[in-house]
This record gives sequence, C-alpha cells and structure tokens, in this order.
Amino acid sequence: MTEQVIFYVSAFVALISAAGVVLNVRNTLYAALCLVITMLSLAVLFILLNAEFIGVLQVMVYAGAIVVLFLFVIMLLNIRGGDMGADRQPVLKVIGTLLIVGASVKLVPLLSESRRAWPEVGPEFGTVRAIGGTLYTDYLLAFEIAGVLLLAGIVGAVVMGKQRID
Amino acid sequence: MIEAWEYQVVAGLLFMIGTLGVLVRRNVIVIVMCIELMLNAANLSLIAFSRQWGNHDGQIFVFMVIVVAAVEVAVGLAIILRLVSNRDTVNIEDTSLLKW
Repeated sequence: MTEQVIFYVSAFVALISAAGVVLNVRNTLYAALCLVITMLSLAVLFILLNAEFIGVLQVMVYAGAIVVLFLFVIMLLNIRGGDMGADRQPVLKVIGTLLIVGASVKLVPLLSESRRAWPEVGPEFGTVRAIGGTLYTDYLLAFEIAGVLLLAGIVGAVVMGKQRID
Repeated sequence: MIEAWEYQVVAGLLFMIGTLGVLVRRNVIVIVMCIELMLNAANLSLIAFSRQWGNHDGQIFVFMVIVVAAVEVAVGLAIILRLVSNRDTVNIEDTSLLKW
C-alpha cells in the first residue's frame, strides 16, 4: 500500500514537472528547476525498483552536476524566455503536438498488455556490491570505453569553451 | 502491488513529453533539457525491465546512459556558449546556416 502511494505520487510529480520543463515559456530558469524535480522523483522510482545505487547516482550526477551546469549556463548568458510565441511554422508545431498526443493515447494500452509476474529479488539486488561485481567482470570493456568517452568529452568541452582557438 | 507495465507507461509518457519539447520549443537550452528527459525515460524503462527479470544488466546500461548524458551536456553547453558569444541568440531558427 505504501509502495503504491509512493509510486503514484512520484510518477505524478515526475510527469507534471516534465511538462513544466516544456511549458515554462517565460523563464528558462524555472524550466531547469522543474528538471531537478523530475530527476529527484525519478530517483525515488529507481529506489522503489530496488536500484539503490542507480538512484543515488541519479541524484548525484543528474540533479547535482548536470542541472547545476544548466543553471550555470542560463545565469551566465542571462537568457530570457519567450521563444514559443508568434513565430514560424505554427502548423508543423500543431501537427507535431497532435502526433505526440495521439501516440501517447495509443501507447498506454499497448504497454499495459505486457503483464508479467514480478519476481522476488534478494537483498543484494541493486547494491553497489552487486552492480560493481557485474560492471567489473562482464562489462569491463564498456566501462573502460566510458572512461575514454568522458576524457574525450572533457577535451571537447575545453576546446569549445576557449575564447580563441589558435 | 505495482506491476511492470505501470512503470513502462510512466517511461513512455515521459519520453513523449521530451519529444514534444524538442518539437515545439525553439530555445536550444530547453531542447537539450528535453533530450535529458528522453534519456531519463529510457533509464526508467531499463531499470523497470531490470527489476522485472531480476538481472543487473539493465542497471549497467543505465550507468552507461548517465555517462553519455553527462558528456553530452558538457559538450552541448560549451557549443551553446560559443553560439551565444558568436551570434548572440539561443533561438535555433536564427542558426539555420546548415539547414537545407
């Protein structure tokens, strides 16, 4: 019962604040703050799904690092909103919105067809120990490649961020 | 008891909201945020499937997605900073040099 209440509340908050990211036309700063709320309620859902390590990672990396980077850039550039008013291609936007809403209406019964039993998992499931055990054995190569990707990202960000490229 | 499909519905709707944002918004920063929303929807789906099968592989994939998202945001925001300092706009309609 408690689990269901937590699930419905955090799923509702996640969807509403995700809509807030899209609909906050006035101020981009509020959109970024809505993004934080979405990330945090998704972290609650992850922990509800016995993925404690990923939940903590979500709070640290997404809510902590990524959104702070967004806020930093928004405040640095002093960006105003107002990008959705009377502008070009209104017909395409209406068609896009209708397509997305229609696809969502179609999606819900499609996804609810696949009912399966929910297995019991042990207390070890989703802990740092279990994830680390899988990550450093079966997925060692992917882990190393992720490190190389991060290095390439750092170099790319520094090169792009430089005022003058020599 | 919550079933697997309820998580998949939440993930699907979240992905749809992200797609809608990419389609209707013209602010580059908001578009990058909506891409993050879509990545998070995929993460939720992967975690729910990982719980459904009692297998850790989905959580490893989510770890990799988080790494890619962090790199994407770092490089993307650096590109946006360049864009603003060169052309003084965050509206993608004003940066249509490569548009066919």
